Amino acid sequence: MTNPGMDADIYDAFIEQLQRYVRERLIPAEDQLEELGRVPDDILAEMRDMGLFGVTMPEQYGGAGMNISQYVGFIREIAYASPAYRSIVSINIGMVCKSLLGFGTEQQKEYWLPKLATGSIAAFGLTEPDSGSDSAAMKTRAVRDGNGYVLNGTKRYITNAPFADMILVMARTNAEPLPKNAHVSAFLVPRDAPGVSIGKPDGKMGQAGSQIADVILEDVHVDGDALLGGEEGIGFRAAMQSLDNGRLSVAAASVGYAKRMLDAGLKYAMERKAFGEPIANFQLIQAMLADSKAEIYAADCMLNDACARADRGEKILVEAAATKMFASEMCGRVADRVVQIHGGAGYLKEYLAERFYRDCRIYRIYEGTTQIQQLVIAKNMIRDYAG
Amino acid sequence: MKILVPVKRVLDYNVKPRVKADGTGVDLANVKMSMNPFDEIGVEEAIRLKEKGVATEIVAVSVGPAKAQETLRTALAMGADRAILVQTDDEVEPLALAKIFKAIADAEAPGLVILGKQAIDGDNNQTGQMLAALTGWAQGTFASAVNVEGDHVSVTREVDGGLETVKLKLPAIVTTDLRLNEPRYASLPNIMKAKSKPLDTKTPADYGVDTAPRVKTVKVSEPPVRSAGVKVADVDDLVAKLKAIGVHS
Repeated sequence: MTNPGMDADIYDAFIEQLQRYVRERLIPAEDQLEELGRVPDDILAEMRDMGLFGVTMPEQYGGAGMNISQYVGFIREIAYASPAYRSIVSINIGMVCKSLLGFGTEQQKEYWLPKLATGSIAAFGLTEPDSGSDSAAMKTRAVRDGNGYVLNGTKRYITNAPFADMILVMARTNAEPLPKNAHVSAFLVPRDAPGVSIGKPDGKMGQAGSQIADVILEDVHVDGDALLGGEEGIGFRAAMQSLDNGRLSVAAASVGYAKRMLDAGLKYAMERKAFGEPIANFQLIQAMLADSKAEIYAADCMLNDACARADRGEKILVEAAATKMFASEMCGRVADRVVQIHGGAGYLKEYLAERFYRDCRIYRIYEGTTQIQQLVIAKNMIRDYAG
Repeated sequence: MKILVPVKRVLDYNVKPRVKADGTGVDLANVKMSMNPFDEIGVEEAIRLKEKGVATEIVAVSVGPAKAQETLRTALAMGADRAILVQTDDEVEPLALAKIFKAIADAEAPGLVILGKQAIDGDNNQTGQMLAALTGWAQGTFASAVNVEGDHVSVTREVDGGLETVKLKLPAIVTTDLRLNEPRYASLPNIMKAKSKPLDTKTPADYGVDTAPRVKTVKVSEPPVRSAGVKVADVDDLVAKLKAIGVHS
């Protein structure tokens, strides 16, 4: 069944406001964001007021009810500005809300979703020092304790952990690995629960405005109603289910940022003169501009197709992997060309090309590296061939 | 107190206007349109007056094609309470606009009408002043500050010599300048709510106004392309060049 999403008129009016907001407020605040290492409080408050945290949530929980095509269109726009802005909304929307909507009990949805829709920050705790998608190696344990559980373990590379209000923590409720990852459960853990501490934020290559840190759980007691869905063993499924959307979100972020970079590259090429004329007049510069434009268009079309399929209810495992792989690699190529168009200036901190180049490198890594996407695509091809 | 806020749908201020090949006007096909920025400031000022408890209701009005509904919806999403679209596909000149607003002001009895000082398409800067003349109400144009005190409003105006403050008896007409305020963005929840706010559709004939143009546009053309500059070697060279083109004798 097709998901029509929210009313197209309202969506278009919102995107128009968002485009202005991105250009008039978010982009001018980027330097401050870099300096602070987080989204400035006044901007975060505005983002909440703008309703950016609830875009995909059903109206009954205080959201706008966007479908996937609309959500991805939204991400493309917000990702024209620093990736830190997308990061702070997409973890809420794409990972934690999606897990809650898909697997939460009605009581959990009613308690958490309106909070998240109005901008309480959530973090998603799957990865550990020695495990990521490999759930058999997961060390964080949740042990039954009366009506609740006691959690112990360390989660690593957790985006937004330093300013999260809540963390969705995956922990094993069974010491032995079970089929279908049934040893993993998910817990809704308030950030201020006794025993939860956050490590020192990791230094990173780029995206200074977004923070990642360890989440350390030491004898953290949670009540039984913190168990996602009120059921053990569904944690890994909940985590994996958010991945298709996560891949589309990173693909959309890649497209949005590539557009920003190419706009900057074109502007520089039109303004910078060599041999008495703008360097945009030189064919080798034009080749870089044209290749970037064409590749952005290709990624945009892939995204539109993958989203339309998802909204029609089709499974898009391969399409999401292919789109994420192509779009993030494309974004890397555009970043490289934009630095090249800038010449020596592209290597200097004074120009944005240098920041763009560092900021977008992660797009080829998180939500599954390019190599993981290649595996997903090829494995499906082989499976289909074998029947 | 009720506030009437006229808003116009114009070519978006970020769009580079292109003249139609036949020179009859600016090409508006498939280009982004949005609310006239001065009108947006008017809507914002009205909302601030409502938030301060000075105003009780904000009515946004637009004269234009069916698509001007979108502009009114933006005003509603920002915080106007209801809207009136006076629908016409004709180009409406400032005098006809002022007559329509006069008729609406008669019907609605607002305490203030806040207009943009001009629309960025025609740059006429006439409608507010004409409306003041037709209604006989006081006017404070090019406002950079608006304060309602009892049955008066004091308007700080941006004039050539600096700032001038005038005190007007209500009801009054105010036209906005750029520095009056920074308009808010319409939030997603408010855009959703705006959908169910009332929007009436009328025609100029409903107000007995004839919108037939009084001005004939002879020709619209692109501004002349600026020719490239030249570098001069020194002051003597500059003086010689100025003499050559007759600027300096």
